[in-house]
Amino acid sequence: MSLAVRRAKDYTVKVVSTAFAVVALFLLAWILFTLVQKGLPALNLNVFTRMTLPPGHEGGLLNAIVGSLIQIGLAMLIGTPIGLLAGTFLAENGKTSKLGHIARFVNDILLSAPSILVGLFVYAFLVNPFGGFSGWAGSVALAILVIPVIVRTTEDMLNLVPIGLREAAYALGAPQWKVVMMVTWRAARAGIMTGILLSIARAAGETAPLLFTSLGNNSWSTDLSRPMASLPIAIYQYAGSPFDDWVALAWAGALLITVSVLLLNIISRLVLAKTG
Amino acid sequence: MSATMTGLSGDGVQAVSIGAAKPVGRLADRVFVGLLWGCGIFVLVLLGLIIAMLFHGGLPAFRAFGLDFLWTATWNPVTENFGALVMIYGTIFSAIIAVVVALPLSFGIAFFLTEIAPPVLRRPIGVAVQLLAAVPSIIYGMWGFFIISPLMAAYVQPPLIEWLGPIPVIGDLFQGPALGGGMLTAGLIMAVMILPFITAMFVETLESIPPMLKESAYGVGATTFEVYKNISVPFGRTAMVGAIMLGLGRALGETMAVTFVIGNATRLSASLFAPGATIASTIANEFPEAAQGTLKLDSLLALGFILFVISFIVLALSRYLVRSNLKS
Repeated sequence: MSLAVRRAKDYTVKVVSTAFAVVALFLLAWILFTLVQKGLPALNLNVFTRMTLPPGHEGGLLNAIVGSLIQIGLAMLIGTPIGLLAGTFLAENGKTSKLGHIARFVNDILLSAPSILVGLFVYAFLVNPFGGFSGWAGSVALAILVIPVIVRTTEDMLNLVPIGLREAAYALGAPQWKVVMMVTWRAARAGIMTGILLSIARAAGETAPLLFTSLGNNSWSTDLSRPMASLPIAIYQYAGSPFDDWVALAWAGALLITVSVLLLNIISRLVLAKTG
Repeated sequence: MSATMTGLSGDGVQAVSIGAAKPVGRLADRVFVGLLWGCGIFVLVLLGLIIAMLFHGGLPAFRAFGLDFLWTATWNPVTENFGALVMIYGTIFSAIIAVVVALPLSFGIAFFLTEIAPPVLRRPIGVAVQLLAAVPSIIYGMWGFFIISPLMAAYVQPPLIEWLGPIPVIGDLFQGPALGGGMLTAGLIMAVMILPFITAMFVETLESIPPMLKESAYGVGATTFEVYKNISVPFGRTAMVGAIMLGLGRALGETMAVTFVIGNATRLSASLFAPGATIASTIANEFPEAAQGTLKLDSLLALGFILFVISFIVLALSRYLVRSNLKS
């Protein structure tokens, strides 16, 4: 091949690759544009102050928003300590042990496993035997989705903490719980925080696992033992409906969720960039 | 970091007195280490429980239909006759479409991000591509249903049906009315969703290649693309195949985005445009109508178990490939 042909080929591939990157950016912009275009007109005060109502009654999404916040909050309360400790186990105790290798493998599987199966599992494990759909079941399902994210980031971030720091603490006679809590966790706190923020973002957008666990609820309820509304389920229900005002509300909810999730993602990256 | 160091020396000194003398310190340590192990084991138990519960739940269906469940194309709630073939086919086929579409884009974007983009732009563009992965699945579903499907129905499907439909064999893929949804639309939307995962792992792999290798190739006069094609990609190919498998694994279990556009018809059809179903979309769609204790619910749990097994194999393979490349 002559040099001219090789150069032309190189140039073509570069142009095509750049075009592909532009396509990806365009797709993101397109999705965001659609959300703003359809969601912004429907996003008024009613969305935040009124319950979900039958079509034609100018309802809002208040119960769904509150339901989502409660379930995400509870999921984080359950998931954060377990994920943090399991991630710490992998970084501190599971380096060489067989259990560590298997747990790391299992966590990677859980991280990418279909979320709908987590919902199905919680249905079979909690909902079916314990008397029906509940906010508890929804929170547990979200917690199971949040745990692998926290485990993964915690382990990765603790691995970045220099060994010397730990050795210095051990050399002073500190027991492991002090070394971990006061030295390694403190040194890696920005990274761990990133993982927690990212996992909140994941929990906020999940719909499938809530279908069979907290089910959704069209009236106000903060009772965790009863079916509980959530934003993604309300969006799912409304978007597939034939009523224009419901579809508009679904877009408002979609805009709300996406903006929160993207903001959480960007903030978590900034936290990491600033301190890392 | 320096603040942590000073904090450490203070705590450390304190630790000497506690750690050596008081049994309270030793007890605390035992409890803490026990907690660490407990949570590590918990992750294992969790996966085991998920598999066991799905299998247990699906057992009545496996008992009723035997292995035939896997290759029966009927899904009839009225006669209580259930088989998974249509969904297994839909799951695998739509995921393969997603990977086939996402792959060239990922190769291109990874090349752009590692070799072409000016350093100032690399991070922002990389982050923007990653944000595609952060957009919730249900949003892709709405976007697909309200925006992409009408476009497919108006501009993509009719010409394909007209041009490719009459060709024998291949034509079978392009039959039926242009409804907008179907297997191709679902695959295209999932392609956008898995693109960031594959791209990120491609970039990570490409950045781990020793600069010496690339510089040697440049030294003998190779162009940027030739270095990419002949040095970088072959060097990272195992991990890159692993990345593709991860994308496949993600697409196999995708639920909400698919449920909105695939049409949820439990009939077997070769056409890319006919309504179809995946395992995940069937579970999401039919669960509300499946009463407790019915064979239908058992069959849905059995479908879930099958999906778990397929995903597990693909994800495990992906992880094995990625890790083995890192080691070498």
